[in-house]
Amino acid sequence: MELNVVTKPEEIMDIKEIIKPENLVYQKSEVLNDDVMHYCPGCSHGVVHKILAELIEEMGLQEKTVGVAPVGCAVFAYNYIDIDWQEAAHGRAPAVATGIVRVNPDNFVFTYQGDGDLASIGAGEIMHACNRGENILVIFINNGIYGMTGGQMAPTTLEGMVTATTPFGRNVDLNGYPMKITNLIAQLPGTSYVTRQAVHTAATVRKCKRSLKKAIQNVLDKKGTSFVEVVSTCNSGWKMSPVEANNWMEENMIPYYPLGDLKDSVKGEHSDN
Amino acid sequence: MGELRLMKGNEVLAEAAIRCGCDGYFGYPITPQSEVMETLMARQPWNETGMTVLQAESEVASINMVYGAAATGKKVMTSSSSPGISLMAEGISYIAGAELPCLIVNVQRGGPGLGTIQPSQADYFQSVKGGGHGDYKMIVLAPASVQEMNDFVDLGFELAFKYRNPAMILADGAIGQMMEKVELADQKPRWTKEQIVEMSSDWATTGKTANRKKNIVTSLEMDSDKMEENNLRFQKKYQKMEEEEVRYEAIQCDDAEFVIVAFGTSARVCQKAVEIARAKGLKVGLLRPITLFPFPKKAIQELARKAKGFLSVEMSAGQMVEDIKLSVYEAGSNARVNHFGRMGGIIPTPDEVVEALEEKFSWELSYGVKRSY
Amino acid sequence: MTEEMIIAGFGGQGVLSMGKILAYSGIMEDKEVTWFPSYGPEMRGGTANVTVIVSDTRISSPILQQFDTAIILNQQSMDKFEKAVKPGGTLLYDPNGVIHPPTRTDINIFKVEATKTAVEMGNPKVFNMIVFGSYLKVRPILSLDNVEKGLEKSLPERYHKLIPLNLEAIKKGQEIVEDVQLV
Repeated sequence: MELNVVTKPEEIMDIKEIIKPENLVYQKSEVLNDDVMHYCPGCSHGVVHKILAELIEEMGLQEKTVGVAPVGCAVFAYNYIDIDWQEAAHGRAPAVATGIVRVNPDNFVFTYQGDGDLASIGAGEIMHACNRGENILVIFINNGIYGMTGGQMAPTTLEGMVTATTPFGRNVDLNGYPMKITNLIAQLPGTSYVTRQAVHTAATVRKCKRSLKKAIQNVLDKKGTSFVEVVSTCNSGWKMSPVEANNWMEENMIPYYPLGDLKDSVKGEHSDN
Repeated sequence: MGELRLMKGNEVLAEAAIRCGCDGYFGYPITPQSEVMETLMARQPWNETGMTVLQAESEVASINMVYGAAATGKKVMTSSSSPGISLMAEGISYIAGAELPCLIVNVQRGGPGLGTIQPSQADYFQSVKGGGHGDYKMIVLAPASVQEMNDFVDLGFELAFKYRNPAMILADGAIGQMMEKVELADQKPRWTKEQIVEMSSDWATTGKTANRKKNIVTSLEMDSDKMEENNLRFQKKYQKMEEEEVRYEAIQCDDAEFVIVAFGTSARVCQKAVEIARAKGLKVGLLRPITLFPFPKKAIQELARKAKGFLSVEMSAGQMVEDIKLSVYEAGSNARVNHFGRMGGIIPTPDEVVEALEEKFSWELSYGVKRSY
Repeated sequence: MTEEMIIAGFGGQGVLSMGKILAYSGIMEDKEVTWFPSYGPEMRGGTANVTVIVSDTRISSPILQQFDTAIILNQQSMDKFEKAVKPGGTLLYDPNGVIHPPTRTDINIFKVEATKTAVEMGNPKVFNMIVFGSYLKVRPILSLDNVEKGLEKSLPERYHKLIPLNLEAIKKGQEIVEDVQLV
């Protein structure tokens, strides 16, 4: 077999050729804005933003989508995806989304929340929005820590895990247990699709995108609340390199928060999980 | 003439909301205003006008639902009573900070804490001085009759959209529970999607189309210079409200030597107190602020040139009296400003008001001149 | 004309609804009206009272210490409101359950055996309409035509078949009210 080795300078592609559409191997979604993200290198948020933007574009939803940003690391999510956004108070995104969708039932409304926002201060709002079966998508980024405020304990922090407010590790006698809130959500008859995914490998990213697509389609079909947890890393908060964080997540987080669908039915049915 | 009905203040809030083309109501039950949501649920406006009515899981959730729905450019509202409004304070601050229009009704009860379910006016400070965090103001309308409960729903929305700012109806349990003759307005249609896009697509989350940039509804600004600019813009807006939106009623003030200042239920009591005082030969008038913010400062300053004294009558320990004092003293008047109030859910009687007036201004009444401090 | 009145009795006697029908009848007569109840937990099974004001002009205070007319339907209310009738005013009461009848001589006192009559009519629920009829007899501030319209307006449509019975009770009350001469 003859190897096609470029040897002559005139055969090397210059920049103008490289950016020709027919030579593209990857293209950023038009729905993803050009702003430089403030997320730490290695953070899962950027990947989830990317696949969400791609889906909004692929499914032709830009004009009917309203995103609700949380308080937490994703507070500036509204800078990165080119749709209309609203910034919620800490924990209240499901109530804000309820307000939007109840007076605009044909819009596609989603919340994007972290573990502190959704499972701690906003535990009431998420339970009730899911229990009413609000026709929204909830994206739940679970990295087991408060990233934005400097690495304090979250409801989902694992037992023994060191954080700024559990310097000797999470002690269940003092702090209670890591909360599997997605399992609780799956019990609520208002939800139709509840799943737990990750984005730390190419394969999990592809799988997560498929799940998100299904969740969005469920919302468009008015099947009730769809809930997608993404088990994520926070290498800064965990004080690890991105690679170490991915490994630590696989070894510690995923065994406690196993990936897969928790519920796939229609609104009104109870889950047996 | 519109349809005449005998209705409770709380019931008419619901009816007026439907008739003025309101798009959504989000609330949580609390005495003494639960009839608002009960009336809406019984009326089922979603069948008639398409209006949404939702019982939220808490006041915290209901104000955030209002925040979400208001951001889409629609006419939305909530109602509650004092403890519930305290819970909403954070959300109201966000709504003011994000410059969204909405209507909030507070049918006040006595506090602090769980307090009582009986009427009170002790949320004056909370309503006109902020309530939530940060430098913000709301337009605060104080109805004194069931008819005004009706009229101020439409007016509240009009002002809220004019200034893109939350407006509040500050009522109390007495007006909420009282029935009076009310002339209802004719049904107005709700705004269409096209009208909303036309009016509000420069700021509302109406959906990002190819012909405009995305809209971000937020109160967050990390750049201090920009955040200060935002604050200055808000202050300019509040100043414009003070210049253009002051509303009040003056009853027998022309020759008044003593001016009672009272709003809402207290103003009704004081109207009778004025009759009693006049029958006794006392030259007493009533100034009834209809907007509590903006406060009718100029009207008070005008009266302060002649009046010997002002009596603020409130169902509280004395809150509005501070604004009256500021107005009078800024005008350089030495008219004395006093307060009379009942608390704990007690409404003062007209006779009590007259007695208080005679007692607190006994010096002026004896000597017939202003008393200097 | 301004009529400031208090109707007071037990919860369940139809105090609030009598006031409501009175107020609605006032609207039919093109008058201003205010109906102001005592509200709260004490309403359930305890005493109930409502202030009703009917006037040709704008109504001021719903909170009053003195009334042109008091309609009193139990002893607790007699204790509280007999003294609140303005001199020259009117007190109308049902002697059933009133151990200490009114003693004032500077007011007009009327008595109606409404509880007894309602039982005789075979329907205790028309009790409040008998009292209302007596009131209309001694204080004829509203025409019977407008009272009928007021009934139509204040009763839900499904109860409209009961209007003739209510009117009958009102007429009965007008007939049986007694002037009590204490002097």
